[in-house]
Amino acid sequence: MTRTAEAPLLEARGIQKQFGRVVALREGNFSLAHNEVHAIVGDNGAGKSTLIKIISGVFHADGGELRLEGSPFTASNPREARQLGIETVYQDLALAEDLDAAANLFLGREEYLPPPLSWFGFLDRKSMRTRAQDEMRRLKIGIQSVDEPVVNLSGGQRQAIAVARAIAWGRRIVIMDEPTAALGVRESAMVLELIREVRNHGLAIIMVSHNLPEVFAVADRITVLRLGRTITTLATKDTSLEAIVGMMTGAVVAAA
Amino acid sequence: MAQAPPGEPALAERARLERAAYVLSRSWLFVFLLGLIAFFWLTTPSGTFLSRPNLTQIGLSTSEVVLLAIGETFVIITAGIDLSIGGILFFSAVCGGKTMLSLSGTNEQVTNGQYPHATEAVLAGIVVCLFAGAFWGFVNGTLITLLRLPPFIVTLGTYGMTFGFGDLISGGSYLGSPVPTSFTANFGNGKFLGLYLPIWLALVVLLAAHVILRYTRFGRYTAAIGSNAEGSRRAGIPVNRHIVKVYTLAGFLAGMAAVLDLAIYTNTTSVSHLTDNLNAISAVVLGGTSLFGGVGTVLLSAVGAFIPTVLQNGLVIKQVQPFWQEVAVGATIILAVYLDQLRRRRGDS
Repeated sequence: MTRTAEAPLLEARGIQKQFGRVVALREGNFSLAHNEVHAIVGDNGAGKSTLIKIISGVFHADGGELRLEGSPFTASNPREARQLGIETVYQDLALAEDLDAAANLFLGREEYLPPPLSWFGFLDRKSMRTRAQDEMRRLKIGIQSVDEPVVNLSGGQRQAIAVARAIAWGRRIVIMDEPTAALGVRESAMVLELIREVRNHGLAIIMVSHNLPEVFAVADRITVLRLGRTITTLATKDTSLEAIVGMMTGAVVAAA
Repeated sequence: MAQAPPGEPALAERARLERAAYVLSRSWLFVFLLGLIAFFWLTTPSGTFLSRPNLTQIGLSTSEVVLLAIGETFVIITAGIDLSIGGILFFSAVCGGKTMLSLSGTNEQVTNGQYPHATEAVLAGIVVCLFAGAFWGFVNGTLITLLRLPPFIVTLGTYGMTFGFGDLISGGSYLGSPVPTSFTANFGNGKFLGLYLPIWLALVVLLAAHVILRYTRFGRYTAAIGSNAEGSRRAGIPVNRHIVKVYTLAGFLAGMAAVLDLAIYTNTTSVSHLTDNLNAISAVVLGGTSLFGGVGTVLLSAVGAFIPTVLQNGLVIKQVQPFWQEVAVGATIILAVYLDQLRRRRGDS
């Protein structure tokens, strides 16, 4: 990276988190550069989800420090994180399945008709619909209609809508928790393509995944967590799938 | 990326089938209602069931059920349930009625059918009804969200409390006197363009509720929460506050139904409201609002509201024990929910 003089986009140092007597994170260290796809990998219980949920404001860290472009920050809830430009695509999608794609894209950020109608909360459905169509086109997401309840769409299309929502609103970072876990091969490929597309739009992506071949297919860098500690961060091109698996399981001690 | 996955035609086909199933499942409500009307028309002496006075009677009793069903529709779309609205209606009617009686004149005057301060008393009584209803709805919503209790338990509890308090206040039977006659004359029996005012009120509220549900943030949040409460929370929707608002609305509308109750029947007693919940909830589920939340419309709930009232009315005319109405309505609820479940299962596959 040539940006050494500049602070990383996001930095987490010594993050700790405990749930009752269970220690989920002992020492989470993580550094996200501008405009990169950064994968966080680790075995079950390694603390991946906990780490990203702290960044996205779902959990509070018990210790450690988070910095955004060099300045310390805490998001005490997802809304605050979003205001800082950090959007999250959750594993369980978090779409309102009975609503259509346009409604989901604007969920919690609805547009209103001009006053006085806006005082009564009248939605500008036409504008939201048009903008949703534009967004789908921009990201090359093929869905027949943005008026269709998303429950009628395929898993890949639903995931694409969730991703599209994060991209549409994210100004800095999009966090994706297992973005392809529930998808078939073809649909996974579609979502990975979308992730590349997002980076091309100038956002940084944090991606949590179990699927190492996918990680190697899209990630620029990989951070390995094991038993609540960050083991290492490596550039994808400098490592191999075997090495990462070894570090995840503890068979190989990281040499970083 | 842009190319359609191979599953697309099958998907479109499925969507078409589902839409057909939906239309069918909605139209059976109309078929059922028309069948019911035809049945009573054909099996009762001519000029009884389909007579104008009788249809008006049906319209008047349905107007109350419609108000209850509108509130219940919003609640059920949030994937909740309100079992207390019948009790809230009764409680509000008792409080409002008591207010009307105590403010309209001295005990003696009222007992003799004189209401010197009827207008002020009636207005105060209406406010009390609406406020009492909204209050209990607020209690429901607050307990559900603050204590994280299932709506079913909270509203079952307030169902008992509202009936209990109502009977305590009224002394367990009818109010001492009917409410001021002018209230019934001007409102309960009042007409505008040939239609009774309570029916107009129900229609206006129905239209407003429809617009709110379909075109405003309030409606969209209601459906979003019923669809995915956690997802809505993460999207920044103030879920708990909205749920409190929805239950308060349902309570408020029950209070409004209490105003109609006093205006139409001049008095109230707990026994006459025991089946209000059953009627309102059956109207909603017959109207296709899913108990799983997320989908529903108030307009079809209003159509569904005719099923219990037409049944009740027709059975009385046929001189069948009207208790059969409760049996029939109860059975239809179960059937309607079963059909909804079938539809949903097919949709999830």
